[in-house]
Amino acid sequence: MPQPQRSPGRAALGSLVLIAVVVGAGAGAFAYTAGWLSPQRLTPDRLVAAFAPPGGPALGHRRNHAKGICFTGTFESNGAGAALSKARVFAAGQYPALGRFNLGTPNPNAADATVRVRGLGLRIATPDGQEWRTAMIDPPFFPVATPQAFYELLTASGSKDPDAMKAVVAAHPEIAAFGAWAQSAPWTASYAETRFNSLNSFVFTDGSGADHTVRWSLLPAAQPEIVPPDELAKRGPDFLEQEITQRVAAGPQRWTMTVTVADPGDPTADPSKAWPEGRRTVEVGTLVVQKIEAEADGPCRDINFDPTVLPAGIRTSDDPFPAARSAAYAVSYDRRTAEEQDYPRTATGAKP
Amino acid sequence: MTTGRRHFTASQRLVHWLMAICILAMLFIGVGMVSTVMPKHLLLLAIHKPLGIAILVLALIRLGLRLRYGAPALPADLPEPMKLAAHLSHYAFYLLMIGMPLIGWGMLSAAAYPVVLFPGVALPPILPQSAGLHALLWTAHVWLAFAFFALILLHVAAALFHALVRRDGVFAAMAPVPAGDDRVPADQKAF
Repeated sequence: MPQPQRSPGRAALGSLVLIAVVVGAGAGAFAYTAGWLSPQRLTPDRLVAAFAPPGGPALGHRRNHAKGICFTGTFESNGAGAALSKARVFAAGQYPALGRFNLGTPNPNAADATVRVRGLGLRIATPDGQEWRTAMIDPPFFPVATPQAFYELLTASGSKDPDAMKAVVAAHPEIAAFGAWAQSAPWTASYAETRFNSLNSFVFTDGSGADHTVRWSLLPAAQPEIVPPDELAKRGPDFLEQEITQRVAAGPQRWTMTVTVADPGDPTADPSKAWPEGRRTVEVGTLVVQKIEAEADGPCRDINFDPTVLPAGIRTSDDPFPAARSAAYAVSYDRRTAEEQDYPRTATGAKP
Repeated sequence: MTTGRRHFTASQRLVHWLMAICILAMLFIGVGMVSTVMPKHLLLLAIHKPLGIAILVLALIRLGLRLRYGAPALPADLPEPMKLAAHLSHYAFYLLMIGMPLIGWGMLSAAAYPVVLFPGVALPPILPQSAGLHALLWTAHVWLAFAFFALILLHVAAALFHALVRRDGVFAAMAPVPAGDDRVPADQKAF
């Protein structure tokens, strides 16, 4: 006599429902993790999209700091940095350097005298197979304290709403200091006369295992020639690239690298705040730029100057920007390498 | 290749479940790390690379075990389309388990990124620097990751279907702890 159990059909149906629930939950968790269910999440894609001008990004180019020119040279380490970091790059010696002078604009054809922020990307390779990549700019501090605030700033500056910018400035008053710098800081006539700063902090670990939170800068050896931007504009839209090409052809150009160590309590997590004067500062070496090459065929073109590519002995700090920059730079790199055909490698498109 | 066993060997089951954890973690870490600009982006990235290499090593070990020990035969009464799907999905799994880490490694190589597994420990590049190769491999890595996850969902659904609906021993063959003996019982060895 059959027992009064659930029919096989109903049991199978229950099993199928269970299977559907398991698969659905898996797919849902995946979609959540990927951010597909979170339109408010600041994703690298959204951050990069916020840089794009109204007409869309310049295909094949970096999504920001799009105008640039390649250099190669040497980093001459004097050995003094070894007191702060065990990274091979601070042992006295000469290490090959590859970099890119650039302008903080998404427009690769911007006129040089119209762009306030200048940058320098740098990759130093050491014989132990490690690399130190950094991307620096010339302001003494960053406009905002967090990546989220930076996204809001980008969105507001691209907005047609005149109140959008006021709202961002009200929410992030640190922007005012940057605005004052942009208005008042002198313009120099050459990349070779420009000081570049890491702005973000990183942690150096020395040979004894002790940590030091630092920022670094490149100080130009060339004496700055201060020229108002309207005068610079008369030198042509590409005067910076032409000038550095001629200057380096005439002789190598040098920058002294200095590393500044934070005191306890300094705002290591906030690149919008400069550290007080008088912090321990160590000259660790000299960047010597020996050769300039146009970007289209140059060695810097397909290098991502991701500031989180670091040798053992340097790591990221509590500053949230390097992670955000790394995520955004990767998106920019993935896009532009896929758009290679939009940025031909030679001006003529054919080799002789 | 089939074997007289009703279950995969203990070593095969161990590697299967270990890899199941690794690969699921890997796929979630992968989609998670590219969807955030927060500092966890770097932490997830730092796990993604060594975990990918670990999966590659485990996949090669697993391939060796499979070639050595084979797999239990599917139930004779399993419909042919389901048998075909089972066989094809296994090929797809092996291709993805071995291919995805290699594509990731190749993608980083083509971009001239150092392939850092741990601070100070990097793998050599396996491809020359090439923007075009990077773009191709990056696209493949992304879309194959979605395909991989879809295949896993299908695999889980099929495994549960065997376990709960058909109850045909297919799930038990790879269960973490097999219900019965690994050997075919003596009274069934007669034929």
